[in-house]
Amino acid sequence: MIDVPQPVGFTITEERILPTALRLSEQIIAEHPEIGGVVTFEGRVRNHHKGRTVTALEYSVYRDLAIREGERIVRATVERLELPVAIAIHRVGAVPIGEMAVWIYVGGAHRQAAFEGCREIIDEIKRHVPIWKHEWYGDGSDEWVLGNPQ
Amino acid sequence: MTVTIRYFAMLRQTAGRDHEVITLTDPDASPSQLYDDAVARHGINLDRSIVRAAINGRYVSWDSPISDGDEVVFIPPVSGG
Repeated sequence: MIDVPQPVGFTITEERILPTALRLSEQIIAEHPEIGGVVTFEGRVRNHHKGRTVTALEYSVYRDLAIREGERIVRATVERLELPVAIAIHRVGAVPIGEMAVWIYVGGAHRQAAFEGCREIIDEIKRHVPIWKHEWYGDGSDEWVLGNPQ
Repeated sequence: MTVTIRYFAMLRQTAGRDHEVITLTDPDASPSQLYDDAVARHGINLDRSIVRAAINGRYVSWDSPISDGDEVVFIPPVSGG
């Protein structure tokens, strides 16, 4: 199981996310009866990128900065929207097609803040957290994917 | 003073190393100068306008001061998520 800061936090792991996500989904609700709406996001590894077949994918990370930025993002969203719970996990290393690369869990007293917070956290992670995707394609080539610079 | 430059992702691949220790003679050296030097040294073809700089695990501006023993990292456009 992945060690995740609760009820607010961000972590990086090389393990499969799913078992931890399933366990936390139930555990958090049991501990936070003030939650009325939960929005989760699962970022999955897909088998295509810009028309090309993706056969394998690996994430690299600058861990010190990634943890600092991830925590900053989650905490800023929690404070702005007054959320009781927000957790984000990003997997790194080789991630098989179909498995989860990112899991975000946001619980709010009402649904609107939960939807908005979940969206904000994934968008900000994609902008600022120093993680890079290396993809291998069906034609034998490979490429580091460049995100949109800020 | 000496600083350590760490490389990640495509920059690691291009530079052919995960870090290097650099001795700086210019006390006013900035991350932008370090990046331009690294570009010339290793044939990096990523324009600085799309790269960000970090010192000791924090994002900084390209003209930030550098101190002896700092760890400097150049951040190509991130693609997590």
